[in-house]
Order: sequence, then structure tokens, then C-alpha cells
Amino acid sequence: MRLQLIRRDAASRLAMFGAPALALILTCLSSLILFALLGIPAGKALHALLLKPFLSWYSFSEVLLKMAPLLLIAQGLAIGFRANVFNIGAEGQFIIGAVCASAFPVFYPDGSFPMMLPAMIIAGGLGGMAYAGIAAGLRTRFGASEILVTLMLSLIAVQILNYLLLGPWKDPRGFNFPQTVMFPDNALLPLLFENVRPNISLIFALGASLFAYLMMERHFRGYQLRTAGLAPKAARYAGFSAPRMIWLSLALSGLAAGIAGASEVAGPLGQLQRSVATGYGYAAIIVAYVGGLRPIGIIASSFLISVLYIGGDSATVSAGLPVAAVEVFQGMLLCFYLLTFTLIRFRIQITRGATT
Amino acid sequence: MSALEFLLAGTLAAALPLLLAALGEMVVEKTGLLNLGLEGMMAIGAAIAFICVYHSGSHGLGFAAAAIVSAILAMVFAFLVIFVRANEVAAGLAVGVLGLGLSALFGKTYESLTITGLPEFGLPVLSQIPVIGPTLLTQDVVVWLAILGTVGLWFVLNKTKLGLIITAVGENAEAARAIGYPVAAIRCAAVAFGGAMCGLAGAYASTVYTPLWADGMIAGRGWIALALVVFGTWQTGRVAFGALLFGVLSLGELTAQAIGVAIPSQVLSSLPYIVTILMLVAISRHRHRASLQ
Repeated sequence: MRLQLIRRDAASRLAMFGAPALALILTCLSSLILFALLGIPAGKALHALLLKPFLSWYSFSEVLLKMAPLLLIAQGLAIGFRANVFNIGAEGQFIIGAVCASAFPVFYPDGSFPMMLPAMIIAGGLGGMAYAGIAAGLRTRFGASEILVTLMLSLIAVQILNYLLLGPWKDPRGFNFPQTVMFPDNALLPLLFENVRPNISLIFALGASLFAYLMMERHFRGYQLRTAGLAPKAARYAGFSAPRMIWLSLALSGLAAGIAGASEVAGPLGQLQRSVATGYGYAAIIVAYVGGLRPIGIIASSFLISVLYIGGDSATVSAGLPVAAVEVFQGMLLCFYLLTFTLIRFRIQITRGATT
Repeated sequence: MSALEFLLAGTLAAALPLLLAALGEMVVEKTGLLNLGLEGMMAIGAAIAFICVYHSGSHGLGFAAAAIVSAILAMVFAFLVIFVRANEVAAGLAVGVLGLGLSALFGKTYESLTITGLPEFGLPVLSQIPVIGPTLLTQDVVVWLAILGTVGLWFVLNKTKLGLIITAVGENAEAARAIGYPVAAIRCAAVAFGGAMCGLAGAYASTVYTPLWADGMIAGRGWIALALVVFGTWQTGRVAFGALLFGVLSLGELTAQAIGVAIPSQVLSSLPYIVTILMLVAISRHRHRASLQ
């Protein structure tokens, strides 16, 4: 007996909306069972995870705050993923972006540097782009797998961060904590609303989404990238330059991750500290996939994952849920998404007897 | 004891989780798949092993449970990639995140509890040798078993038909299928083996190396193991050698002390990753050239 997946002719719209919805339902059901087995009040936990974030303006604003970096990074990553360029190291580009941006307030802690904030954002973006560029260069020049190179670069970035925070960039009056000076006011992003933390980085993220949409769905370059992903040979025959696709994908995703990193230190953190490396770069990979690698889907999935983060925080208090539950939820969501997406796009055919 | 003696005594134990996880992943990659979920599979192995040993007092049971649970998690990856044809990068990361989350979830109530590790014993006669005898040649039973296992794996991969089939599946799956090898089943078995090895690696980390459970205790060892497979160019001996080397590096400060230079520990910690990138370039360039000729 043999199982075969047969591609359906016209189910893409169903897959686009059906797969994430079904995955979310399956994830909720499985985590209910898991929580029940672990003796965690499951209903209470799920209520906190999925509903609490909507019940107060403050929690909802925190969702928007989380959403900004996730959305920005994921939009960048998805462009590459669709062209089969797997930048797994957004975390590293995010950290390097944060580091590059921090250089200005670290060297001008009195805020005397003109155009401080724009300089930080640009430095962050360029830093992230250059860091991703290492992987692009090694891939196009030597054929080194960008998956492993970007991953290794991420781990090196953490060490660079540690080195700076424990050494040259440590705040001399910071009681030996591994963090830089607090940034001056002109190094901080303007807030979107009064009394809550979301800042204009959310606008960057939405702008990037619009850019990604226009490029991927409406522009010839996006068509080239998509072709490179779906049919590499066809892309080559059509004369689309593979190295250029690799450079473009990695540069754009590095740029986005770098700007996100800069926005994190110029936003909620207000200084460079170790906690800048909290895994946004990895979570954004999940966001990109659950969003179906499409710009509009990613807006929805980044919102959903942010809700889970904030809901997870409140569930630790109200339902005794460990922080790790959010990771479990994310992991399950992606597993179920990968499963449901295929099942909606393909149908299973069981052939008995002879194998081909 | 001097720093050098500490290094001799500690290197094998520090290298062991890396070695086990890397050898498992090496077999997976030999069949043509890449599982990025090592970190998570090691974490769940570590948590399960600790919980088992804490309640039963038996290390054997702990290691067995860790291997089984991690293999089950690895099968999620196998299922997604082999049967549902999901993207393997996404599937690997999903399994990794899931493993990390589950380990923290299960291990939560065991945080900061401790258990007893395993006693160390020396090789007969050889452990009488001064300096290396009481240090390098006095280890716990798992280390000795792992060395035997490494030799065994080398033998299977290089001297048996099974090894040939594994290589054939990885190098040309279509051809292997055409001559009647069950490619999917072999890949599944390899992934399960890889998962089980990660489980054992995690179990060693949480029940022998530092007999306690703490969230985040795998601390990047899974990524180093992944790097090791590349470093070792998919050959058992070189992977084992690399594990020792990376094991020494992971003892950062101590190593710096032993070789008597003041290097920031971050430089030492980055070395495995830098070396891996250089290896990737070297290997790929070779292949790049070969394909041009």
C-alpha cells in the first residue's frame, strides 16, 4: 500500500484561509488537552491567552508593541523564503541592527549628535543588511548554504552583544549590569499614543508590509523571486539572475531585521541590553510561515503571535501557566499549519499493491 | 588541580552531549534531510531524563525515556517532511521550538531540584598513568559507552551494507528508490535515530554533566552540534574529533587559562561558529569547483 499526495487543481484560496484557521483550532484543542494533563486550569489559561489581550487598552497596546518587530522581520524573511533563500539568522541581523544603532547614543550620551534618531535607524538597517550580506556573499561566491551561515552568524552576534555589554560599552555608572547607558530623549522613537508604549516602528512595519505587497504581488521583481522559488530551472532559462535574487532577498530581510533591532533599542528598551536578544528573529520565521509567506497573511499572523505573547504573560499570573507555554503554542501552531496547508492543497490517494 | 588537569578531566564530559547529538544529526543528513530541531530535542530529552531519574533513581531508565521521547518528537519532523512534504527548514524549527517549550513546561516543577550524578571510574591499569590517568582516563560509564558507540557507528556506516544504503539514499534518493530501497522508511529511521541521540545527549547534560534541571540549560549545544556535522564533513571520526575540540572551547575561561592567554571568553565561544562558516566555505568551494569541471 502506498500513500500519494495529489495536488488539487483549485484549492489555493481555501488553503490560504482554511489552513491557518484549522491550525489554530487544532492548536487550541491540543493545548487544552496538554494543560489539562499538566493540571493547569485549561479554560482559564486559554481565556488568558486569547481573550485577555483584548480586554484592556493597555494589554492591546502591548500587543501592538510586540507586533511591530515581528511584522517587520517576517515581511523581510518571507520575500526570501518564497525565492527559496532561507535566512534563518534574522535574530543575528536584529542584534547587529540594535548594536549599530546603539553606537550613536553610546558615543553621544548627552544627545548632542545631530539627527540622532534617523542616524540610528539607518545605521541599524545598514548593519543588519551588511550582516546578512556576509551570508549572501558566501552563498553566491562559494555556494555555502545560507541556512547554516545565517544561523552561525546569529550565534556569533550574541557573543558580539555580550562582549560589548560586558566590556567597552558597559555603562560605567550602571552598577556593573551588562547594559549601556540609558539613551537620551532624542534617541527615542516617538510614541503613537499617550501613556502606552507602541511607537512609530509600527508604521515602519506597516510600510514594509505595503512595500512587500507591491513588490511581491504587483512588480516584475516579485514575479522573478517567486519563479526562482517555485521553478528554479524555469527562472534560469528566463534569464533571471540567481545571485541577484539571493543578494536581494538577504539584503531586504537583513535591512528589515536591522531596522527592527534599532527600533527595539530606540523604543521599549531605551538602551542596549542583553534582553534585546529574546528570539524575535526566530519567532518571525514562524510568523512568516503561518502567514502563508504572503504580505497580508503575515499582518494577521504577526498580530496573532503577538496576542499569544501578551496573553501568555497574563496567563502566567492568572492561570499559573509557565512562560514556555507560548513557545509550545507557537511550535504546535507551525506544525499544524504545515500539516493542514499540505492537506488542503493536496489530497491523499491510497494506492494498493504495486509500487512504482 | 591546575587548569590543564581540569581541562583533561572535563573535556570528554563536556564533549559528550555535542558528540551524541552531532552523530545523530550526521546520520539524518547522510540520508539527505536536515533537521534544525536539535536544540529542542536535546532540551526535551534533558527534562524527561531528569524527571525520570528524580523519581526512579535509575539513570538507565532516564536515558531510555529521554531517547524515546526525543525520537517521538523527531518523528513529528519526519512526518511533516517525508509524508506531508512540508518545508524542512520550517518543520525543523517548529519541532525545535516545540521541544524547548515542552521541556520548560514539563520541567517547571523540577527547577532547582538536584539528583546524584554517576560515579566515575578509571580504565584498569591505564588509569594509573600519572596526570592523564586520574583525569582523562577516569570518566563515568556513559563516556565509555559513547566511545564504544562512536566506533560502532563508524563501523556500521563504513563497513556494512546498511551504511551503503544510507549513503545511497542521501546521495541519490531517486536511484535508491528505483533499485527498491524503501527511501521513506530509511529516512524515518534515521530521523528517529537522530532524535534518540539528541535525547541521550540531553539526558547526559541534565543527569550526569550537571545533575540538575534548569530551563535553557542546553544553552546552544544543539546549534554547536549542528555546526559540528559540517565541521566533521559528515564523517564519524572527524565529527568525534570536532566534538572534543568544541568541548574544550565550551570550557572557555578554563581553556584560556590553560593556554595562558587573556582572550575574551566571547571569542572562544564564537570559535565553533566561525570555524563552521570557514568549513562551509571550504567544502562548498571544493564542490563549486568540481561542478564546473
